[in-house]
Amino acid sequence: MTNAPRHTCTEIANAVRGGERTAVEVIEETLAAIDASNESINAFREVFHEEAMETARLIDAKVARGEDPGRLAGVPVGIKDNIATTEGTTTCGSRILEGYRSPFDATVVERLRSEGAIPIGRTNCDEFAMGSSTENCAFGTVRNPWDTSRVPGGSSGGSAAAVGSGMVPAAIGSDTGGSIRQPASFCGCVGLKPTYGRVSRYGLVAFGSSLDQIGPFTRTVEDATLLLEVMGGRDRRDSTSADQPIKDVVPESNVDLAGMRIGVPRQYVQSGANDPDVQACVDDVVARIESLGGQIVEIDLPLTETGISTYYVIAPAEASSNLARFDGIRYGYRATDDGSGLEQLYARTRAEGFGPEVQRRVMLGTYVLSSGYYDAYYKRALQVRRLIKDEFDRAFKSCDILLGPTSPFTAFELGGKPDPMSMYLCDVYTVNANIAGICGVSIPAGMDQADADGRRRPIGIHLQAQAFEESKLLGVTAALEKVLAFDDTLPG
Amino acid sequence: MLSEEAVRKVARLSRLAIDESQIPRYADQLSSILQHIERIQELDVEGVEPMAHPLPLNNRLDDDVPNEGMPIEDLLKNAPSVRDDYISVPKVLGEGSS
Repeated sequence: MTNAPRHTCTEIANAVRGGERTAVEVIEETLAAIDASNESINAFREVFHEEAMETARLIDAKVARGEDPGRLAGVPVGIKDNIATTEGTTTCGSRILEGYRSPFDATVVERLRSEGAIPIGRTNCDEFAMGSSTENCAFGTVRNPWDTSRVPGGSSGGSAAAVGSGMVPAAIGSDTGGSIRQPASFCGCVGLKPTYGRVSRYGLVAFGSSLDQIGPFTRTVEDATLLLEVMGGRDRRDSTSADQPIKDVVPESNVDLAGMRIGVPRQYVQSGANDPDVQACVDDVVARIESLGGQIVEIDLPLTETGISTYYVIAPAEASSNLARFDGIRYGYRATDDGSGLEQLYARTRAEGFGPEVQRRVMLGTYVLSSGYYDAYYKRALQVRRLIKDEFDRAFKSCDILLGPTSPFTAFELGGKPDPMSMYLCDVYTVNANIAGICGVSIPAGMDQADADGRRRPIGIHLQAQAFEESKLLGVTAALEKVLAFDDTLPG
Repeated sequence: MLSEEAVRKVARLSRLAIDESQIPRYADQLSSILQHIERIQELDVEGVEPMAHPLPLNNRLDDDVPNEGMPIEDLLKNAPSVRDDYISVPKVLGEGSS
């Protein structure tokens, strides 16, 4: 693992725009860091050595001509493997898409490029973003840079590990039930899930279309804000992208915690809900907010745990429909034609191409949508979804921000959650933000206790705000970040 | 809760050729997940409007202006089997088909 000096996106872009560093230098340094660390971490499945250097040279030429190379000039960005790039192959961590070359860039990638950012490689993820540990990946497990015997979280584990390890200053992930925030908390970086509709999903391979959002992993809240500004806003290619102008995202600068009403749901901190280290960290953060004049409000969210049950109806239902397109005909893997007919070809292609977790969720989704079960499961889950949204709406009448742990525990051991249900419960504090469509962010706030080998792992704090209130969310989070002063230097 | 027969049926509806040896394991796992999901049955949802989507969605019309499509050759590059400008598939119609 390298411990070269780490920079933020803002520092890199300012240096490149100001002519103090060249984009070529930045990319060479980044590629060296990836070469040094990726073998042990496996954050990246593909690295765009040549393409990134070529883009860097173009940016340097712009600077030399006196043109503005953009707000992210020279910033290398890791791209989760379910977001389309014209470089490399877009596989979603699945055999069924092995070798798939996207003929187009996702809107977020296009927008990042237009501001001078440089896609540096594709990061490993759980297959089709289904998982909380990045162990369901056809291209190998990703390891946590703080403790390589542990998982990085998931499903955007490669993006989180790429930033947490210092290989890159930023990466992009997707969050359907916690897949940005939970790995950010496990890997000690900032992970933002924007409001549903804030960021275009065009070019994101669909998992749960009413839940999916793309968001950034960064070292600082300032960088997360900058990436959101660049990526967000209406896109005519995604009819669910919202009209809200993205300039509103700029955080209420220098938000004073004094006077802010921070809601702490009792279900997030009740006895036995969290590991003691995590609970102690939350208690500490709450005490600091109070000492700075923030008003702590007790909130009741009785449907917190019901969220997982609701999610595991809605997300698999949407996935079973979205993943029907993978049939071996137009793209991707196709099973050998044994002459048994087209339907058998679909069924064998899918059984051979999808991993077990994807097959489980496709079957679960098909079941809850099937005749005779639709009303009892799917329709009822959509009704509970509204109750969960109503519960948040009530909570945000008495507080500005909701605060709690991102995960009940820190990074667990590889293979530590062998049965599907125990894995699903990882997302108890994060899924409801997707169900209701609100925004949430995880920031590193402390470390757990050292294990027998002296290793410690980061703890993340989760802040949530009402839909389209990223401005308030990021303002408060930035103020809290100053107080927490988390040191992201990896142990030597 | 989910019988092996039910798993076979749902696998067929899902177009997944699940190996017979895997059926008991999937039946166990899916049953355990469904058991957890059952807690949504405990809530009173009488009169609650189902919420399919977080945003109030309306039809959104694009400007009626032609845009460039993607080149056919780029799209065909990803197809597993191609003949001329077409994707080739096993015979769909013919004897024995229903």
